[in-house]
Amino acid sequence: MKPIVRAEGLSKQYTLGASASHDTLRDSLMSAIRSPLRGRPAGRTLWALRDVSFEVAPGEVVGIVGRNGAGKSTLLKVLSRITEPTSGRVELYGRVGSLLEVGTGFHPELTGRENMFLNGAILGMRRREIEAKFDEIVAFAEVEQFIDTPVKRYSSGMYMRLAFAVAAHLEPEVLIVDEVLAVGDASFQRKCLGKMGSVAREGRTVLFVSHNMTAMQGLCDRVIWLSDGRVKDDGGAGEVVSKYLKTSFSAMAERVWEDPATAPGDETVRLHSARVRPVDGAPSDPITVSTPFVMEFEYWNLKPEMVLNLSLVLVNEEGTVLFNTGPINEPVWHGRPFPPGLFRSACRVPGGLMNDGAVRVRLYVIKDQSVVLFAHEDVLAFDVREGVEQRKHWYSKWIGAVRPNLEWRTELLEGGAGAAPAR
Amino acid sequence: MTTRGSTSILEPAAALTDSSGAAPAGESAPPTLPESPLVVIEPGRSAGLGALRDLWHYRELLYFLVWRDLKVRYKQTALGVAWVVMQPLLTTLVFSVFLGLLVRVPSDGVPYPLFVFAAMLPWTFFSGAVATSGNSLVGSSHLITKVYFPRVIIPMAAVGGRLMDFLVSFAVLALMMAFYGVAPTWNLLMLPPLVLLVTLLALGVGMWASASNVRYRDVAAILPVLVQLWMFASPVVYPLSVVPEGWRALYSLNPLVGVLAGFRSAVLGHAFDWGALAFSAAVTAAILAFAAFTFRRTEKHFADLV
Repeated sequence: MKPIVRAEGLSKQYTLGASASHDTLRDSLMSAIRSPLRGRPAGRTLWALRDVSFEVAPGEVVGIVGRNGAGKSTLLKVLSRITEPTSGRVELYGRVGSLLEVGTGFHPELTGRENMFLNGAILGMRRREIEAKFDEIVAFAEVEQFIDTPVKRYSSGMYMRLAFAVAAHLEPEVLIVDEVLAVGDASFQRKCLGKMGSVAREGRTVLFVSHNMTAMQGLCDRVIWLSDGRVKDDGGAGEVVSKYLKTSFSAMAERVWEDPATAPGDETVRLHSARVRPVDGAPSDPITVSTPFVMEFEYWNLKPEMVLNLSLVLVNEEGTVLFNTGPINEPVWHGRPFPPGLFRSACRVPGGLMNDGAVRVRLYVIKDQSVVLFAHEDVLAFDVREGVEQRKHWYSKWIGAVRPNLEWRTELLEGGAGAAPAR
Repeated sequence: MTTRGSTSILEPAAALTDSSGAAPAGESAPPTLPESPLVVIEPGRSAGLGALRDLWHYRELLYFLVWRDLKVRYKQTALGVAWVVMQPLLTTLVFSVFLGLLVRVPSDGVPYPLFVFAAMLPWTFFSGAVATSGNSLVGSSHLITKVYFPRVIIPMAAVGGRLMDFLVSFAVLALMMAFYGVAPTWNLLMLPPLVLLVTLLALGVGMWASASNVRYRDVAAILPVLVQLWMFASPVVYPLSVVPEGWRALYSLNPLVGVLAGFRSAVLGHAFDWGALAFSAAVTAAILAFAAFTFRRTEKHFADLV
């Protein structure tokens, strides 16, 4: 079938560092003055996309997966004509509507009604189109009573619902959607996903990015996997998603320092290795929210009579400290003097505690319970992934630093006969 | 068509919207596609005529942005739209007292306040439009990085918002003419073309400034100074006749000279200097063309720079 979207050899280069943005005339003048002496200022460059090619057939629903920084958003921006590729070509055979954010252009001072028209116009909708769908959009957003109230008085849930509702009624031939499903409460999310599903069933072409593999597998025919700006895999949704989930993202799941002279540490303690792995696996194996895993550290103690403790601080992508842990319950060596030698300390984290996301580990080596000998920022970094089976009716990110699997119990205290749950 | 790997998880969600008349899975015919692509995205590709078609398609966005600008600008001020007329009135008052009464700047035999106000109106519009549109792209980074639309709509909307103010303030001009007993003449018919001319000039300068401001934030700092200078290099608070004969030619390179003199002639019923007007129109066209060229050349990098 003839494609509706054809991308050929798309590449996009960004220049990082001082010269990337917010240029001042002075910078330019200075570099022009210096250039005969020093050559071009060494701006670091980054290829956000490298030679990406694919075709999308009309009516296809294509998911794009990849870890943060893999180029997903850049690809959507190029396809939406927000930014220009450095090289390559895209041919679009249909009207494209893109939704990289909900509520773009919403103004807090304007009412819900006014924002609907404004936002619709920004998304490329005609005024008549919005008028025709007005009641449907308001009903979908569940904000009937507040439609003439300035949106600054809306709760964040209402705001997001209205914003999504406008966008969901966009009717282009090709719909490009970034991770925008993570809005509102569970029932609204179901509605959003349902809307996406019906858009797809109407035969419209959808390209969408999500970190939610359940939604990906449920909605998409086909998934493109981007890694470091390249297409790593492209095929059936189930197949690509499971391959993607099996590959470890762990940038630093295992580190070894062979030479005690250059290893991190000081004259008392030097690190030999650090690794994180599932309890029954190797450091390259994936860790999901339900996987028990181990963080192990091997280190040389160089001085006699050292009372040593390790302290680990786990930090998520937002920089929030998840928790701090130390070997206070360690049965053998805790509180005892360490003789010189190579030690290994391991911390086991049970399954059903972590939330999904990237985790960085900061290590402190502590003497006598309180003196910090040295700290090592980002000694380990790994991803905790969503287990595909975990989510039932909840599609967006679970909020919270951790997602503990806690014990719940509900009892019937009073009630008629036959009220026991059917099993 | 591929059968979708629909999981049980999606069923309740799908059931929610199926009632809205969505076609059942896999039964809808694929849309018929045009032979040649609607849009081609390539580095360095200029959309040419497609750009104008795009602009036409997004004309409602222009309307809504102007409307938002006006609505938001006056919603939170106590005096609201009254500010539109207060601003040129107060400036006129200040200049009338200092230059008209104290310094006794000549005003071609017309009451000084009216003389100044006739040029102060277009000047207030021009300077306001240039200042707002110059900062408009940088101020709209949240739109530019998230949605596609012809970028030129942003400075256009900024000028458009000021244009509405400008038109409203003509009411005050009418009152002032009545107060000073200046009878309207057929010269007033020249006002619409003059408004168009000053609008295009403001758009040209504003477009150029806004695009340059994305790349060099210094523009935001220097622009108010230049605008201030431009006022004194234009016949706003003094008549053209005070400019020495030998400097007249150089002075008249400023496209506002013809425009502002034109406004005065239209309001006061004096004879038009058609040559100066034609020259202003030509310079305006050149500035607009240059600004459009600069804008088109740089707009593809806006999202990466802003």
